[in-house]
Amino acid sequence: MDFFTAILTATLRSGTSLVYATVGETYTERSGILNLGLEGMMMMGGTAAFIVAYYTNDLALGLMAAMAVGGLMAAVHAFLTVTMRANQVVSGLALTLFGTGFASFLGKRMGPADGINPYQLAGLSGPRFSPVPIPGLSGIPVLGALFRQDILTYALYLIIPLAWFYLYKTRNGLNLRAVGDDPQTADAMGVKVFSVKYLYTILGGMLVGLGGAHLSLSYTPGWSENITGGRGWIVIALVIFSMWNPSRAIWGALIFGGITALQLSLQAQETPINVPAPFLSMMPYLMTILVLVAITWWEALSKRVGAPASLGKSYMREEK
Amino acid sequence: MKLHFEKRKSPSGTVQVLVPVVSFLVSLLLTGLMLAAFKVDPVATYLAMYRGAFGSRTGFGYTLVKAIPLMLTGLGVSVAFKLRFWNIGAEGQLVMAGVGATWVAIFWSAWMPQSLLLPAALAMGCVFGALWAGIPAILKVTIKVDETLVTLMLNYVAILFSQFLYYGPWIDPKGQGFPGSAIFPEAAWLPKVFGPASMGIVFALILAVVLWIVMNRTKWGFELKVIGANPASARYQGIAVGRNIILGILLSGALCGLAGACEVTGIGHRLQEGLSLGYGYTAIIVAWMAVLNPLAVIPVAILMAGLLVGGDAVQMRMHLPKAMSLVLQGMILFPMLAGSLFTEYTVRRSHKAHTPATAKEGGA
Amino acid sequence: MKAAEGNPGSLLVEMRGICKNFPGVQASDGVDLRLGKGEVLALLGENGAGKSTLMNILCGLYRPDDGEIRVRGKAAHISSPRDAAALGIGMVHQNFMLVESMTVLENVILGIASLPFVPDRAAIRKEILGISGRYNLEVDPDAFIWQLSVGVQQRVEILKLLYRKAEILILDEPTAVLTPGESKELNAIVRRMTDEGKSAVFITHKMEEVMTFSDRVMVLRKGKVVVEKRTADTDPQDLARLMVGREILFCIDKAPFEPGAAVLEMKGVRADDERGIPALDGIDLTIRAGEILGIAGVAGNGQRELAEVITGLRPVKAGSISINCADTTNHSPLSVIRSGVGHIPQDRMLVGAVGDMSVADNLAMKGYRGKALSAFGFIRIPRILAFARRKIEEFRISTPSPRTNVKFLSGGNIQKTILAREIDSCKCLLVAAYPSRGLDIGATEAIRKELVAQRDKGVAVLLVSEDLDELASVADTIAVFFDGRIMDTLPACDVDIEKIGLLMAGVGPGKEKPA
Repeated sequence: MDFFTAILTATLRSGTSLVYATVGETYTERSGILNLGLEGMMMMGGTAAFIVAYYTNDLALGLMAAMAVGGLMAAVHAFLTVTMRANQVVSGLALTLFGTGFASFLGKRMGPADGINPYQLAGLSGPRFSPVPIPGLSGIPVLGALFRQDILTYALYLIIPLAWFYLYKTRNGLNLRAVGDDPQTADAMGVKVFSVKYLYTILGGMLVGLGGAHLSLSYTPGWSENITGGRGWIVIALVIFSMWNPSRAIWGALIFGGITALQLSLQAQETPINVPAPFLSMMPYLMTILVLVAITWWEALSKRVGAPASLGKSYMREEK
Repeated sequence: MKLHFEKRKSPSGTVQVLVPVVSFLVSLLLTGLMLAAFKVDPVATYLAMYRGAFGSRTGFGYTLVKAIPLMLTGLGVSVAFKLRFWNIGAEGQLVMAGVGATWVAIFWSAWMPQSLLLPAALAMGCVFGALWAGIPAILKVTIKVDETLVTLMLNYVAILFSQFLYYGPWIDPKGQGFPGSAIFPEAAWLPKVFGPASMGIVFALILAVVLWIVMNRTKWGFELKVIGANPASARYQGIAVGRNIILGILLSGALCGLAGACEVTGIGHRLQEGLSLGYGYTAIIVAWMAVLNPLAVIPVAILMAGLLVGGDAVQMRMHLPKAMSLVLQGMILFPMLAGSLFTEYTVRRSHKAHTPATAKEGGA
Repeated sequence: MKAAEGNPGSLLVEMRGICKNFPGVQASDGVDLRLGKGEVLALLGENGAGKSTLMNILCGLYRPDDGEIRVRGKAAHISSPRDAAALGIGMVHQNFMLVESMTVLENVILGIASLPFVPDRAAIRKEILGISGRYNLEVDPDAFIWQLSVGVQQRVEILKLLYRKAEILILDEPTAVLTPGESKELNAIVRRMTDEGKSAVFITHKMEEVMTFSDRVMVLRKGKVVVEKRTADTDPQDLARLMVGREILFCIDKAPFEPGAAVLEMKGVRADDERGIPALDGIDLTIRAGEILGIAGVAGNGQRELAEVITGLRPVKAGSISINCADTTNHSPLSVIRSGVGHIPQDRMLVGAVGDMSVADNLAMKGYRGKALSAFGFIRIPRILAFARRKIEEFRISTPSPRTNVKFLSGGNIQKTILAREIDSCKCLLVAAYPSRGLDIGATEAIRKELVAQRDKGVAVLLVSEDLDELASVADTIAVFFDGRIMDTLPACDVDIEKIGLLMAGVGPGKEKPA
């Protein structure tokens, strides 16, 4: 396998969890809810998936566990922010703290009682999704990397276009966009604003959980203390970077995933690094800030381009 | 039975005080139940945490060590939040301040009189922190860019930048290749005042009082209050909203920066990995629990630090992961967030379903 | 003009005995309305007459406390906009309900219950183009709302209704956002609809619209129907008198009118509103010391913008403003405050007072900069409290304590707080916008007395009000605003009420406007 194909393969593997979470959070933010609890949710998703898969030896159950956990945590966030109108930033942070802490706790307690490290999850070897190369296509130089992935990644090839189609071409997607951009008008036109916010926050959470599952059931694989490595925060950046358009999620993930893959391979090969590694890692964050500034500036000039206009604000129906 | 929220007609100060207290108790209860579910004795755990954090002089010393950065960043975050500026960049401001202080401590020591080295390092830390916070502030005031996401991204830029420095150009020549800057000259070491706790505690206590005075007894503090409560009204009263927001956020960044400067000159005495252990995020909880009151930040920070140190103690004694503290901290926030609604609103039954009306100018 | 069929068989809508109460005000009091097929009905009245309330009931936003509605002869219960839409009733509000980031097509179909999961955009586009062709509503279905001018956005709102097969269209002050040319086009569009048997109701305060657009007109005053006639059977003078409803206005006792030097001078001032539409169209205005200039007119004709340009809260695009002969055009709010100007703003709670701060703090919000209440950068709390106590007593503000948060006070007391503060800090000019709106008699009385007291002291007062009684009794001179210009300026004493009514409705000198 030549260098570029290898990099692309690694990038896609690294980026899969990012794409799941990005699509999920995009949907959440499209309803006007900002969820900063992604790091905790991905951790919990990955942990839950690993525990269930390990004990039942069933990967599908593991995935369902991840979705359930992600959805549940998102439901708490939805309840606090939509019904109780609490501050979305603080609520998300609370989820992250709780999620990372609890995941770590489970990791030290949920392992089998026997063995070298009793009760520890770290170091255990559980069922995993292995890459399934597609005969013929996987041999193509460079692009063949697309066909050397596991089924979770293959699923993305379907999920991304579906997510795009749902958001822009269906009635439900229309309602969702209206709620995020102008909840007053959506409400007046008969769209059930609260239901929409709840639904897509929870749905988004389920996808975020799945992203975590990919880490523990495929990428790493296995469980470790810091399995997400800050990916949850990167996803927040990716959502902005893709301008709340699920089809663009893949690009952001490629860039972030690519940089990670590049760094690892450069370290492995011990080539003298021309560009210092931290600067390379910094680029995506700086770029995201630039994208945000550009969007906002453009918005000020010509009105309405990027962020759902009601993102982060609580919705209260006016009484008369 | 349909319920809806109705604005309260009379003030509810009791609820405001009760909410943080009840939240803390509820979180203890919920976490205790969780522990029990895993066959761990919650009471024994809590006692161990308490003893570890507050039970001995050394323990309390370590609690103070962790409390200092929480106090300073808590103060900084509360200033920003009072202006309704969601500064989640305390982490980045802290780290950049560390960079600034390191710069002075190592590279200015050649020509600067030694007695001025420490004050200069601390001051430079504040400056770097302020400037780092100034970027999102200016972006918000001029082009209305959302500060939540910019401050978050800048955290990563700061952390990575500092990594670049102490892995690269600032790496300790005597360090045998391990990452980390050179050790500061002793003139730039922040002295300890109570066990392992540095002078930072003095700064924090003084600044808490000063900040309270500024926010509640000065003209500027008055203006900031108005801006935070109602920016449209502030403008109408002739207050320069944009300029004051920027000044306020610079102050916020400087306070978080002081935390970073104290950490770097007080602990480890060099720029290295682990400068901040998520203090910037915990600071948000501290500020929130303290209801943005500078004086309340002090005890709340000590409490949070106690949780962290207690978690360490518990890990050693009872083989529980110190992540327990994180769980507790997260748990405190949930009831607080749910409860904060009740200071403003009360729950009533609806008779007729109210339908929304479009607001408009003109006659009825 | 098409004559309406008086025959009940073609009655589309009948409303009988409609009553609607809001806390403190009877918005509709036994109103009867009849609307026939293919006719255009105008609802004429001042602010607070009950026009919008009545129509909001018809289109499902409010529910009446009493009365019944019949549509096409059958009793109807309209409890939501969806119910109204099912009956073929739709309303175009003054504030459009459009999602700016979406296209025309998307806004048109948003919220339609019968929309399929994957809407057939090509078919919808075709239908939209068909409707717009038929009624001359030129619009590009794929344009984004934010790209469109306000006049075109209104067409989208009408399109929404027609797409949903509305037969009865209600338009709330439709020409407020249109140029004269666009108004003519709107008239043509409405005519095409009525030719097909659809009906329209439009809410207005503009006489010209009533005379040219409508077949029948109904005048409302304080929630009651005053008259209902065929437009052909009446004339502007008649309607103006009925709209305003007073024959003679009395002057109240106050010190004789002896104005001093000019305090506020505005020349040729032009300014835009929030949406970029011109709101002030060449204002020339002078107020002298010891004079109260009342601004009459239906709200929304530029009064808000007038107050804002004077006090530095809105930029002036052309013209000049000076206070005591010093130019203050486009100065900052602080500079204007320092020139001695007090401002009682239209939005009490949004702008005038900070709800989450105490009465004492709110009272100190202008004066805290001065030596009386602060020193060396510190605010002197004992002095602020003493000041507050003085003002609370002087203005009889009812509050549990000076430290109570303002949001817990009643509307009247909040206004008194604002009044106390502004009167204390203003030296030469007081701008008061709708100061007694929504207040009870006691509070209203107190405020009017204060304004007159200031005038007697030599302060120049600008009083914007929708209450002609107030203007007649308090003001020395009255200027009538319409469409961003001053129609005419008259002495307040013995003013001809019919004349004012006409001016408020846009009939009179100063009406020349290029098409």
